[in-house]
Amino acid sequence: MKKYDTPLIDELEKGPWPSFVTEMKKAAKNNEMANDAVGHLEKCYRTKVGYWKHGGIVGVLGYGGGVIGRYSELGDEFPGVAHFHTVRLNQPSGFFYTSAALKEICDIWDKYGSGLTNVHGSTGDLVLLGTKTDALETIFAEYSSRGWDLGSSGSALRTPSCCVGPGRCEWTNYDTLDLNYALTQEFQDEIHRPMFSYKFKIKMSGCACDCVASIARADMSIIGTWKGHIEVNQDEVKNYAKNGMDINAEIVNMCPTQCISYDGKDLKINNAECSRCMHCISKMTKALKATGERGATICIGSKAPIVVGSLLSWVIVPFIKVEPPYTELKDLIRKIWEWWDDNAKPRERIGEVIEMKGMRSFLEGIGQAPIPQQIKEPRKDPFMFYTEEDMAAFKAKEAEEKKTGKYKF
Amino acid sequence: MALPQRKTDIGPPHYKQFLPPIIQKNYGKWKYHEVLSHGVMVHVGDSGDKLWTVRVASPRLLSTTTIREHCDVAEKFCGGFFRYTTRNNVEFLVSDEKQLEPLKKDLTARGFKMGGIGAAITNVVHTQGWVHCHSACTDASGLVKSMMDELMDYFESKTLPNKLRLAVACCVNMCGAVHCSDIAVVAVHTKVPTIAHENFKNMCELPTVIGSCPTRAISPDPANKSIKINADKCMYCGNCFTVCPPISIKDPERDGVAILVGGKINSLRSNPKFSKLVIPFISNEPPRWPKAVAAIKHIVEVYAANARKHERVGEWIERIGWERFFSLTGIDFTFQCIDDFTFMRDTMRTSSTFKW
Repeated sequence: MKKYDTPLIDELEKGPWPSFVTEMKKAAKNNEMANDAVGHLEKCYRTKVGYWKHGGIVGVLGYGGGVIGRYSELGDEFPGVAHFHTVRLNQPSGFFYTSAALKEICDIWDKYGSGLTNVHGSTGDLVLLGTKTDALETIFAEYSSRGWDLGSSGSALRTPSCCVGPGRCEWTNYDTLDLNYALTQEFQDEIHRPMFSYKFKIKMSGCACDCVASIARADMSIIGTWKGHIEVNQDEVKNYAKNGMDINAEIVNMCPTQCISYDGKDLKINNAECSRCMHCISKMTKALKATGERGATICIGSKAPIVVGSLLSWVIVPFIKVEPPYTELKDLIRKIWEWWDDNAKPRERIGEVIEMKGMRSFLEGIGQAPIPQQIKEPRKDPFMFYTEEDMAAFKAKEAEEKKTGKYKF
Repeated sequence: MALPQRKTDIGPPHYKQFLPPIIQKNYGKWKYHEVLSHGVMVHVGDSGDKLWTVRVASPRLLSTTTIREHCDVAEKFCGGFFRYTTRNNVEFLVSDEKQLEPLKKDLTARGFKMGGIGAAITNVVHTQGWVHCHSACTDASGLVKSMMDELMDYFESKTLPNKLRLAVACCVNMCGAVHCSDIAVVAVHTKVPTIAHENFKNMCELPTVIGSCPTRAISPDPANKSIKINADKCMYCGNCFTVCPPISIKDPERDGVAILVGGKINSLRSNPKFSKLVIPFISNEPPRWPKAVAAIKHIVEVYAANARKHERVGEWIERIGWERFFSLTGIDFTFQCIDDFTFMRDTMRTSSTFKW
């Protein structure tokens, strides 16, 4: 095996934070591909540019995604990375593993790939970095026969992902792990066979803390919330105060709706005015607990800047029950895709299409009524559409008012 | 040896088989948790059962050798059960308190770093960079390693007003969606792309390339059977390069990084926010990016010294105002900080109230 001189990236083996260069070198000990990846990276550091080509179309029979083709421009100089494809494995809900399962994944990857991974990729997949085209079918047979399927890539439903939820969190408002599993199973075809205009991501968080960042990076964000009261355990409130918490400064004054009061003894919450932001609950988790009806808020459209600027997801359904078998949610997802499919140009994310066609078109397409929870504020300019139906409804309302003598605004 | 029979559309394995017995028993019945240190927290169930979590840093890019080491630690102390986090940390799950100290000792002996829980800096969300991506204008892993070496105290022990989330994207595609982080580093190109006209007609689709441009800077060039790029309109996003390989945008001396601050994704206290541009350009300086690292550390320290308890970077800045952020940090305010793309209407000030 060729020994590369790597003075620049060797600098990144120094210092306390774990080193990715050390990881690459560990893999390079018995692996030609990883070894050439080390030499290849040193060259990038020396010249300050990358050498990976645009992805090519590679994959496994019957699937349109899950493998991302990667080739180097410097295949002659570094033959081990001439082909260096990525294989995405669909992670289990909540990134829980047993050592036996992960060791098996490693054994197969050492046999057919570079021995390098990302645990995990940004979308959530377990990412296996670097293999050759002729190994792909074998890799797929080895993994799928042991219960591991490929994740997603391209213009498809990307591998759904969720927070730890009921597995290890007291704040979750629905079973994120189960919903994630159920949606992944329900939409296998949409995951493996790209049929959309562009990518579509679904992420599930159990509360407004949003530990999977669904509001910022999922075309569909499913964020847990509740409708009932916050239950207060006054003994625990006293303990927080005793242990040094300045409840007025840290809780009362930081409440965005100013619905909390504290008289030095008892903490009171005006629940009707609470907007369920999670600040007080997250800081006083022993004392405060959400109760009553549980469910989720559905938001749509977030994405990174390409093409016309970043978007955060917009609220479309403020509250929906999230209980197995999740029929209402699955139907909603299908309706959303149908509207998107009817209206999008190639490479248009759903948020961009909604911006082009208007939120009204989208909400009508998926059968959702307008309600104030969807907006920050109403429109400012008086440029708006009136359909014949809208005008007929306004006129009918006025006719009704004339009859009853009572205005209805 | 014959290959095993492949199966399609089976989806991931069911998560239940990977949950340790204590989680199976207390599933959905957790009462509260306490952060014991930056490296350890304990969750308590309604049943009274306790589950300790020890969080360990990871460079995300892992060799199978290190994954096996995680497995070995989990087998020794956690019955083989463990998990990873959305920010690429490893979490060892302990149900027997007697195992906690031996586990920590073992992790220390192996050189693993515990931390990242609570009002701290945890692992950095980042993209592939030069390690494995075609459109990278910097190396994400190298930048992350360099900045976390400098910020290690905030991972392991030092406390901040609130958690501080860092992210690195190696181009504006931002495949890690870093645009809502307390401090985000985004690599940028700064030069109009060049075009290998002779390859255009064979490799690219004209409408796709024209449509890929967010500023409508691309028009057809019939004489060359190619395209033209209007230099007055191009903002160097590189999206045309993504859809058309003969377009070239990489430049070792003109590629660099920009720094954005004040984003967050949770709804605690205030709504989720985008990160906003404060430093438009720092040259790529591999292997250690000293100026970018110094800038990030400086912003962290000014935040730590000035924010109130529980304020995130963006909330602190909203309270003190942007002019105060620039005066406190001493960062030069430049034309790049004024939006002239999609958010201009929302971001200009429309009052005469400010600080000097």
